[in-house]
Amino acid sequence: MKYVTEYRDAALVKGVIEEIRRTVTRTWTIMEICGGQTHAIVRHGIDQLLPKEIELVHGPGCPVCVTPLELIDKALAIAARPEVIFCSYGDMLRVPGSARDLFSIKAQGGDVRVVYSPLDAVNLAQANPDKQVVFFAIGFETTAPPNVMSVLQAQRLGLKNYSILVSHVCVPPAIQAILSSPANRVQGFLLAGHVCAVMGYWEYPSLSEKFRVPMAVTGFEPLDIVQGILTTVRLLEDGRVEVANAYPRAVTLEGNRPAQAAISKVFMACDRKWRGIGTIPMSGWCLRPAFDEFNAEKRFEVESITADESPLCIAGQILQGLKKPHDCTAFGKECTTEHPLGATMVSSEGACAAYYRYGRVEMNQSMQS
Amino acid sequence: MSEETVNMEGAVCAPPLSHTDQIVMGHGAGGRMGHQLIQKAFLPAFQNPALSAGDDAARVNPGSNGQLSISTDAHVVWPLFFPGGDIGRLAVCGTVNDVAMLGARPLYLTAGFILEEGLPMETLQRVVVSMQSAAMEAGVQIVAGDTKVVQKGKADGLYITTAGVGLVRSGLTIGGAQAREGDVIILSGSIGDHGIAVLAARGELGFQSSLKSDVAPLNHLVARMLDTSRNIHVLRDPTRGGLATTLNEIAVQSNLGIVLNEEAIPVHPEVNAACEMLGFDPLYIANEGKLVAVVAREDAGRILEAMHGTRYGEEAVIVGEVTSETRGRVLLKTAIGSTRVVDMLAGEMLPRIC
Repeated sequence: MKYVTEYRDAALVKGVIEEIRRTVTRTWTIMEICGGQTHAIVRHGIDQLLPKEIELVHGPGCPVCVTPLELIDKALAIAARPEVIFCSYGDMLRVPGSARDLFSIKAQGGDVRVVYSPLDAVNLAQANPDKQVVFFAIGFETTAPPNVMSVLQAQRLGLKNYSILVSHVCVPPAIQAILSSPANRVQGFLLAGHVCAVMGYWEYPSLSEKFRVPMAVTGFEPLDIVQGILTTVRLLEDGRVEVANAYPRAVTLEGNRPAQAAISKVFMACDRKWRGIGTIPMSGWCLRPAFDEFNAEKRFEVESITADESPLCIAGQILQGLKKPHDCTAFGKECTTEHPLGATMVSSEGACAAYYRYGRVEMNQSMQS
Repeated sequence: MSEETVNMEGAVCAPPLSHTDQIVMGHGAGGRMGHQLIQKAFLPAFQNPALSAGDDAARVNPGSNGQLSISTDAHVVWPLFFPGGDIGRLAVCGTVNDVAMLGARPLYLTAGFILEEGLPMETLQRVVVSMQSAAMEAGVQIVAGDTKVVQKGKADGLYITTAGVGLVRSGLTIGGAQAREGDVIILSGSIGDHGIAVLAARGELGFQSSLKSDVAPLNHLVARMLDTSRNIHVLRDPTRGGLATTLNEIAVQSNLGIVLNEEAIPVHPEVNAACEMLGFDPLYIANEGKLVAVVAREDAGRILEAMHGTRYGEEAVIVGEVTSETRGRVLLKTAIGSTRVVDMLAGEMLPRIC
């Protein structure tokens, strides 16, 4: 495929890995922040090819994984209502709330639909004026532009039957929280290329400076990822604290300005709970009061629903890069992709799910040894 | 809230959802949930050796006239018509192929129709004509049928269940448990065409595709292969759950390992592009006109040559081999030289968010 196969070229990937091998003189711990990158790393087995000095830890960058339990419960309450068509990205259907998931609601007769874009949900609202159409607007900065566009589009169309249930999270506050933790081991970051395509990377130099940690904007194909690692390793080895762009074909410093303008028109920063981590101040986006009529939490009066998450699995530590999935005693036993115990097993982008699907041999061997 | 109150050490979890109390869509996706349903709901009730073998069709021995291959398949595809095929062609080919996968010559089919009130007669006629055309291509006859009509809204237009019977070529014991160490794995052509073509035909993806379903009867291809070699150990058509799930089944049935070579697996660019966009893996996408053969290494060249001379085997390639290492598992050698596990499809295949 044009523009993809080039970035999966085995010889080129191996060449960059050789360069990493030549560059590295000591151990480094690097976190890829984005779930899509975790998925690519495990799917292509990139971690197996790296020199042993490089340890990759998987960050909290899976939007499905970090969506808080109580928001799932709110989604389930809304989706169960007879007048509602509840639309979601596919991944979210499997995420367990306190007692049920969206699959169960669907099996009980709830109208739960997978859409590929929130604009499809707006079309559904137009086509079904007697129904309330709700879109589960989750994600990092990457999915914010289509989500806010759906609200602006519904407003333009004068729709009274469209609303969104917002659970947006942002990368910079998460990095700040990870680096602020006394247990932090991360020495360098691969920044999420798609997030930066929207937001640019102007938010990161101050973080990098404050915590003295280098970062590299990184893409998603094998060659992009090893290039991002090489860039980070070079910065680390040289003792340079800066933010480099190893994904220039998609990312600029300033990012997509019109998208940023649309986001700030509709969303504002707010405190946000992260499943597995807890509340991180000003780490998410919610609808501005001017868009209250599109706020599903208000429309369906589910704001009072709360849920306590019980401490049964180590997803929290995995999301922070403190532990690997196979450090967990439940991994692959009580906890599988069919029956996820925790956030990181729930989504196909979650670290545990990626390990479970692609890395079980390694896990079994390490358990036997 | 101040930074200090962030609980970065908090371990959080959600209770597991087992979905044992009701049927959910994942039970019908052809993956592990479907297997669990069979293990828990059907096998204990119906248990007998033919069923327990776990192949695409059952091998039974009714008397002195040789062995029969019997299979049945229910079809609920939407839309009813899609590029490259329709529910009628699917219903014939699905059962013909399952019967053929024991090394049998399919002879007769039966068809059960569940029709929704209000279904245009013209739609039904188109489907029936398509079934007859597929049956003629396969050389089988549809010799019995049944029709039920349900109220408007109780079915999605029409559902078809077919059953088929065929004669197993004498002396053959083809089945998932017959794979042997050192065997090679042949795939008859590109993967993922059917699943992506049907998905694109639903019009929900926001892109046009020229892709066609591969739905086709494979019995003539199987016959050519069997004419060429007696050392074909497993035949399987990788339908729902895709190539990954089929090979996992064979690995479990034979208690051997399978190593795939990622670069050897043919995938059309349109399928790859759709999968990239949706976060799917072609290894898990359904096929309706492809087969996987596990064959003795020394015969692989001859079998491939025979396949290349047939309509549905032109693109046949060797994609992997059977090993005694990592028993019960499927490994994939990636294009960049690493190795990963290829698991069975879990539940329903869901598009990823980004």
